[in-house]
Amino acid sequence: MSGALEVVAAGPGSTLQDRGRFGHQRFGVSTAGAADPLLLAASNALVGNEAYEGAIEFTLVGDTYEVAAESCRIAVAGESYLTIDGQPHLSWTSHRLTRGQRFRLGALASGARGYLAVAGGFDAAPVLGSVSTHLRSGLGGFSGRRLAPGDRLPLKLAEAPQEPERTLDPRRILARTDVLRVVLGPQQSHFTDAGLATFLESEFTVTAEADRMGYRLDGPAVEHAGGFNIISDGIPLGAIQVPGTGRPIVLLADRQTTGGYPKIACLIAPDVAALSQFRPGAKLRFRAVSVEEGTDAHRVFAELIGNLPALVETAIPGGILDSERLLSLNLIDGMVLAGPPAGPDR
Amino acid sequence: MTGADDTGKTPLKLLPAGEAALLVELGDAIDPDLNEAVHRLDAAINRAAPEGLVETVPTYRSILVNFDPTRTTEAALADAITSLNAETSEASGAELRRWFVPVRFGGEHGEDLNAVAERARLTPEEVVDLHCAAEYRVYMLGFSPGFAYLGGLPEALHQPRRENPRSVTPAGSFMQGGAQAALSPVAMPSGWHLIGKTPLRLFDPGRSQPFLLAPGDRVRLVSVTMADYDRMAGQPGLLPESEAIG
Repeated sequence: MSGALEVVAAGPGSTLQDRGRFGHQRFGVSTAGAADPLLLAASNALVGNEAYEGAIEFTLVGDTYEVAAESCRIAVAGESYLTIDGQPHLSWTSHRLTRGQRFRLGALASGARGYLAVAGGFDAAPVLGSVSTHLRSGLGGFSGRRLAPGDRLPLKLAEAPQEPERTLDPRRILARTDVLRVVLGPQQSHFTDAGLATFLESEFTVTAEADRMGYRLDGPAVEHAGGFNIISDGIPLGAIQVPGTGRPIVLLADRQTTGGYPKIACLIAPDVAALSQFRPGAKLRFRAVSVEEGTDAHRVFAELIGNLPALVETAIPGGILDSERLLSLNLIDGMVLAGPPAGPDR
Repeated sequence: MTGADDTGKTPLKLLPAGEAALLVELGDAIDPDLNEAVHRLDAAINRAAPEGLVETVPTYRSILVNFDPTRTTEAALADAITSLNAETSEASGAELRRWFVPVRFGGEHGEDLNAVAERARLTPEEVVDLHCAAEYRVYMLGFSPGFAYLGGLPEALHQPRRENPRSVTPAGSFMQGGAQAALSPVAMPSGWHLIGKTPLRLFDPGRSQPFLLAPGDRVRLVSVTMADYDRMAGQPGLLPESEAIG
């Protein structure tokens, strides 16, 4: 019999996500997919999976699981306070667990989303080519919904071999910034010069209405040149639409395929991933870049994801790094990390 | 009608939509000829499948072309699309179909039929006849899986949407709102008027052909009795009849 993870307690927004569901937007099917593909790929790299194998994306706080398999290997990407049988353990490191062990993905110390990957992957049936969960249409994942206590998540592998664990220093891949890069358009002509200036020169705040579908921002109203309706057209990932209120809404993975508000600009993909880690109350600004600059940044981001397996190192049990990071996790649980970590631009 | 240059081609407006998508605008109206041009060019793009193409989203008057910036550039794709537009002829249309969709009108399956008839100063039977005589065009699919925006609502039936949107309209609803009609395979909130319901599954993710209606297709509604509705609803694999459009 194949193994499973049993959900003992569920976080507020835990869903199975892979890269997303592509090729069906023309039929009104949203792509869904990991809000932060970099962290999805990092969790997978830690357990030796392909970058975009399906993993559990959790929001702010994760779930508690019991291992219902001979053994399995898990890893968490994100600064989650991980405990195994009540003892603190490192996120960003793989762990081999055996039947009956319980682990809990605690509150994220920073960021808004973390990922739980399991070696070999979760055994969910792809819908239209993807296991990603889209809550609004109830497609994919486990019954098209959030995880709930009592769920049994089947695993593709019945057991995990004894082998050295792997670790990844998140400072090598994350560089947080509050200035997000956009390419102006496609409908910037629907805004006045003053409206464009407001958009590019003001500070905006993430409101409580921020989920996988979109982030509503608060700030000065961005002025339209005429009306605020267009004939509905396609919505790309990261599109920033401005409805009648003048307050921008950034559209993410679970966005509708089409919409009728003018799009002043589109966030570039690496910064869509960065924004998905912002919490309500976070401040941000937009900076316009050329398509060429956006393309270069997109390529750097894709290379970083492709290069993750090479950045993963063998974990040295009880090593200095381990103690330092465990200590820091104990100190900062529930608090936001201060200071910008070093690393490649994302 | 859409604007056209000397060669009879629709001039394209290519607009950046981030670093991984390009918006191809063919006009700025809800118009059958313009929409026809959209689907012709969309078919040509997908047939040619330029390097790096991920997927296209054809809508009333534009095509959102999603691409992979690690495999192509916006400039290369813009060139490819401009050439395709120049080469595309009237004859190179998409493979479109006309679907005959059975609908039970009124009663519990179309709660707003009587009100719509009253506002139009028609009898409910006349409203049904108008819907069944119309040839609807699938301008686009969007909003939710398989939600088909239908153009071609007879003018006598144009009327504003409901003042209070319903929080749930059932799967399979045939609705009208403003100058348009729609078929919705999945349950969703809507401010459109509920006119009827089809017993057939227009979207089934487990089927080899998950979606039946495609952008550009035509729809003819066929009024069925309650008994026929129940019989068809009891056959989950039943598909509507259809024919290729020449």
